[in-house]
Amino acid sequence: MTKTIQSITNPKLRLEVLTADEVRRIHDATLYMIEKVGVRFPSKRALEIWEAHGAEVDHQTKIVRAKPHLIEEALKQAPPAYMLAARDPQQDLPLDGNHVFVGTDGCGVEVIDIYTGQRRTSCLNDVRDIARIADATPEIAFHWVPLSAQDKPPHTRGLHEIKVIWENSTKHVQTESIYNEREARAAMEIAALIAGGKEELRKRPVLSLMQCSTPPLGHDGGSLDAALVAAEFGVPTGFMTMASCLTTGPATLAGNLVVGNAEVIAATALLQLAYPGAPVFYAAAQTASDLRTGAYTGGGPEDFLLAAAGGVLADFYNIPISMGSFATGAKEPNWQAGIENSLSTFMASITMCDMLLGVGFLYGSRIWSYAQMMMDCEIFNIVHKMMQGIVVDEETLALETIAAVGPGGNFLAQKHTKRHMRNLFLPEFLDRRPYGEWETKRDDARDWALAKARRILAEHQPDPLDPKLSAELDRIIESLERVPV
Amino acid sequence: MSQELLEKMAQSIIDGDADLAAELARQAIAEGLDPLFVITNGYVPGINKVGEAFGAGEAFLPELVMAGEAMKAAVVVLEPELLRKGSERKTLGKVVMATVEGDIHEIGKSLVSTMLSAAGFTVYDMGVDNPSDKIIEKALEVDADIIGLSALLTTTMIRQKEVIDKLDARGLRKKIKVMVGGAPVTREWVQKIEADGYSEDAIGAVAVAKKLMGIEA
Repeated sequence: MTKTIQSITNPKLRLEVLTADEVRRIHDATLYMIEKVGVRFPSKRALEIWEAHGAEVDHQTKIVRAKPHLIEEALKQAPPAYMLAARDPQQDLPLDGNHVFVGTDGCGVEVIDIYTGQRRTSCLNDVRDIARIADATPEIAFHWVPLSAQDKPPHTRGLHEIKVIWENSTKHVQTESIYNEREARAAMEIAALIAGGKEELRKRPVLSLMQCSTPPLGHDGGSLDAALVAAEFGVPTGFMTMASCLTTGPATLAGNLVVGNAEVIAATALLQLAYPGAPVFYAAAQTASDLRTGAYTGGGPEDFLLAAAGGVLADFYNIPISMGSFATGAKEPNWQAGIENSLSTFMASITMCDMLLGVGFLYGSRIWSYAQMMMDCEIFNIVHKMMQGIVVDEETLALETIAAVGPGGNFLAQKHTKRHMRNLFLPEFLDRRPYGEWETKRDDARDWALAKARRILAEHQPDPLDPKLSAELDRIIESLERVPV
Repeated sequence: MSQELLEKMAQSIIDGDADLAAELARQAIAEGLDPLFVITNGYVPGINKVGEAFGAGEAFLPELVMAGEAMKAAVVVLEPELLRKGSERKTLGKVVMATVEGDIHEIGKSLVSTMLSAAGFTVYDMGVDNPSDKIIEKALEVDADIIGLSALLTTTMIRQKEVIDKLDARGLRKKIKVMVGGAPVTREWVQKIEADGYSEDAIGAVAVAKKLMGIEA
């Protein structure tokens, strides 16, 4: 099985979704908001760090107001590039601004069973199966914990999830499901064992954490504590805003960016104040809420524009970014899923967001679909191809070949054709068959994608984790399980 | 009785203008009008109109919320007068709303609170991160008909079950109905924990609460 990872690199396409002046205005508005209105940090430790660095802290409301220079100076400490390490070093991922990597999406609560097709509550074995399939899929560069292991105790669930992924894949693991200090410390212990020690973990972070903010202008206390633990261990951490126009953000896109940006950069600055130079990343999955229900939408033109804007903002702060793309709001793999996942992924790619999250979900990241997972990979392949743009040079202009064929001939038998034909996109799931063949079989991308996932699950044998190491991980989890919360 | 004033009241709700709604309420008191009468004939027709427009797809959620806020602003002004006269606005039922322990996600729960109070329920919104016992105590204190429990995390969702189990243990399940909601809450979970009601959004939550109170939707 191939060890290569498919990523977008050296892109040719460009898009100016925000001008330099517009980015500056969003930045200034953000700093104004952090200074005058403040951001809520409901963690004792976070408030102490802010206070020690001269920010204005209201211990009653947990709101922190910080001067612009404090934020700006702290952000300068953040490393502009670093690596997400994998169990297999061939699969390390450089977050250097010149790569776009895709992960599995997370963290859902239901799965369409790969064999029965029935929707049901997710469990640990689902996390295992998705990890095995992702391990064998070149388009998937890293794992996000895709589903909640609801058959495991809530206070150690996040640990079971990362352990089972490492047991079934050699790729990098990122989780958004560890959001308190206690579980984070255990996760660091586990990651250190995988990496081969605490110092090794610092050099080769095989784990990264993602914490959700609580828009507007707030954070969760447990998430902050967990992120501080990760920063202490040199494990990359990002704060993700999901500020949504209408509900948790203003109805305007620029205003929404200000709210989300304030959450992300304030928390990122906090980590830099506590642990200067700690690897951090920007994360965003902003959207517009539905006008009728207020519900999370998971797609739409606003979503696509915000996806590109996030990449520009992260570039301004010179840190990597993880962007929520894919993650359609559709209930099944259909027209809507195709539109939403293609456009969001294209727009996030065109501003070179380092990490895209992610493949596999329906209904706004709630229901896992193996067919969608595979089709999302093909969407990424299409975007990957488009990002290369049109190369214009002597060879690609093909003057001699065109002249040789002349008016009325064809290019099929030309050497030039042979040299370049394999650069043309060959789809796995786009239906290009004759109508008659389709009419007889009546199958489509969903059937082929599901069949592919089933085949990989049946056949792929990931490089196993040393059983002794597995046993040690079990001991860590068990010891935490015995202690009541 | 000024028909014009009543129409202005209705319009203030339709426009979602909380300041004007409150101002008109003060004017009504100054003119010695019966508070219950102006609520029923001034403000309620306004909220009904917004509700109808929403149902027809002509109004959107922010308009519904603004109308609810304006309604609340008027009632706050009129309440002391209601009390003084010993009359009480008829309530569809008393609902204690809370986000469960360990969970600080507020917006969905607040939206449901607003929708319920706009629909005529009396809502006691406890905010976020509420231990199960505290929620039950509050429900007993206010003699609640319904407890509404919100959770956004699979790890805190179990607290919804905890509240139901505790109500069960104290023999309170018949007296107090429980409705649940939140992104990870599914129909299967609702059946498993034997909650009385569940909705995927705030509008649906009103219909569920009405059903639990035996009111025709």
